[in-house]
Amino acid sequence: MIRHITLRQFFAAILVAIVSWNANSALEIVITEGVDSARPIAIVPFKWKGAGSFPGELTEVITQDLLRSGKFKPVETRNMPEFPASDSEVNYASWAATGADTIVVGSIEETAIDQYQVSFEIIDVLRGQITGGNGKVLNNGTLELSNDHIIDSRKAVINGADFRQYAHRISDVIYEKLTGTRGAFLTRLAYVIVRDRDTYDLPYQLVIADYDGANETRLLSSPEPLMSPSWSPDGEKLAYVSFENRRPQIFIQDIYSMERTKITDFPGINGSPVFSPDGEQLAMVLSKDGNSEIYVMDIATRNLKRITRNRTIDTEPSWTPDGKSLVFTSERGGKPQIYRVNLESGKVRRHTFEGEMNLGATIAPDGDQMVLVNRTRGDYHIAKQSLQGGAIQVLTRTYLDESPSIAPNGSMIIYSTLHNGTQVLSLVSLDGRFKARLPAANGQVKSPSWSPYLY
Amino acid sequence: MQLNKIMRSFVIALPVITMMACSSGPSEEELAAERNREAQAQAQAEAEAKAADDARVKAEAAARVKRAKEIAVQEKQALINDQTVYFDFDRSSVQAKFYPILDKHAAYLVKNPSQKVVIEGHCDSRGTPEYNIALGERRAQAVETYLRNAGVSASQISVVSYGEEKPAVTGATEYAFAQNRRGIVRYN
Repeated sequence: MIRHITLRQFFAAILVAIVSWNANSALEIVITEGVDSARPIAIVPFKWKGAGSFPGELTEVITQDLLRSGKFKPVETRNMPEFPASDSEVNYASWAATGADTIVVGSIEETAIDQYQVSFEIIDVLRGQITGGNGKVLNNGTLELSNDHIIDSRKAVINGADFRQYAHRISDVIYEKLTGTRGAFLTRLAYVIVRDRDTYDLPYQLVIADYDGANETRLLSSPEPLMSPSWSPDGEKLAYVSFENRRPQIFIQDIYSMERTKITDFPGINGSPVFSPDGEQLAMVLSKDGNSEIYVMDIATRNLKRITRNRTIDTEPSWTPDGKSLVFTSERGGKPQIYRVNLESGKVRRHTFEGEMNLGATIAPDGDQMVLVNRTRGDYHIAKQSLQGGAIQVLTRTYLDESPSIAPNGSMIIYSTLHNGTQVLSLVSLDGRFKARLPAANGQVKSPSWSPYLY
Repeated sequence: MQLNKIMRSFVIALPVITMMACSSGPSEEELAAERNREAQAQAQAEAEAKAADDARVKAEAAARVKRAKEIAVQEKQALINDQTVYFDFDRSSVQAKFYPILDKHAAYLVKNPSQKVVIEGHCDSRGTPEYNIALGERRAQAVETYLRNAGVSASQISVVSYGEEKPAVTGATEYAFAQNRRGIVRYN
């Protein structure tokens, strides 16, 4: 069945789609595994010092962030013994009894119209219990309050529209102070939603959202498939594949101006675009020379360099963080396995040997671990392997996993999987302990891509 | 000499007698007009007959063209109704049981060299989307190679792989997988 649609209708539809926004959060998380090993923390609802009720959401967002990170187990509000707004109001013994070793307290006041001052403190309950909040330190021969139970305290003035974003910022501070790793709460996801092709004229949608699914924004809707979104390292552009002209073409689109540029239109496959770490090159897959091969394009000059040259399938390029090599999937050994090519010397090395197939590898930001799709006894799971070799460790138990993408701090993997016959996004921590599912409201959700740090 | 005189008078008299005999019927002008009329009528009848004949020939030709077109449409419709070949898991070779289908398409395309087709390659949802794009292209190329070996011109064929992006049947059953691993000869 072919649906006929005029070019004008088509572009009108694309234009409409580009400007339509959906503020509803479509991704709602279900944690399936791993809350038990997490660290207890209490995010006490910040004290609202203004009239009426607090006009935004803040502590709920922080609580969800920390829960979703897999590293923390926030105390539920109804189990909190008290609601202090600063460290001087804290009864340490009562908090120690809840099992929480850290509490976050704060307050919000309106300083001008639509201007709010938010202040917060991250407090070490155990240290506070020992010193009673009155720990002293010798400074130039005098004893002073050390406040060493206060891990961090900050103050900022924000606009009413920025509560959500500032909540993610607070989550980043808490996460970094308590784990030593930078938080990735101020990041975004790009993904493709596919609605029923018989019901919708434009079933394929390219979407970006905050990492938690809030602020979902459609970049493009199309009657034909959209594939493989991938972020530029500055987080301002997406490269992707669109079949809107009834053949695959690679586009780069600015997510703020929405301006888009066609990058390739070669005969055959134009696929798998991935920005280099410096943002100046685009690795891609083309079959213009007869067979699926990997190329690197200099974006400014559009000059192409062919990287692979053999008669089997080579696909799914992914950059190493130093930008000097690509890992990719190749069938040169019979079945698809992961190889790595040094872009300077051209030297190729095979990296995976376990399982029937290994596909879709991507390198963690530390450059040591590789996350991939492993097929063993017919099951496709997300797995990881050290680039130095060693065994493959399967991380998931879900069905038909594909398209893993790693958070910029290396803590979490988002991937696409099948749940009750529908393609959904799921999360698994890089250590495999934490697992969560993000159910879709309407349609199949696929090809997730985690943005770099945005702030 | 006498006889000669008589003969001469005869020679003069005969046409006169003849003229006299004629002058008893229609005049020469009337005769000419009559002949014209007859000729005209005959020409008109002939023209009419020819026109009728032409019209009949034309109608017959039109009917033949129409029928040929109908046959072509039917033939094309039959091809469109049977345009899909299926593949084994992770395979891209055309199975022998689908040769007759592709042979029919090849015959039609050879007979209609201006007809163009797009060969689509599709995969089931197992494996990664990018790998399936490459696999789908190999499937479409296998169909292309078969048609070209059967004499179809390269300029009539283009190839596009949709990988796992346009399943015929949604879901993750063996049935859905089998239905989705396919190559389609698509007419415009």
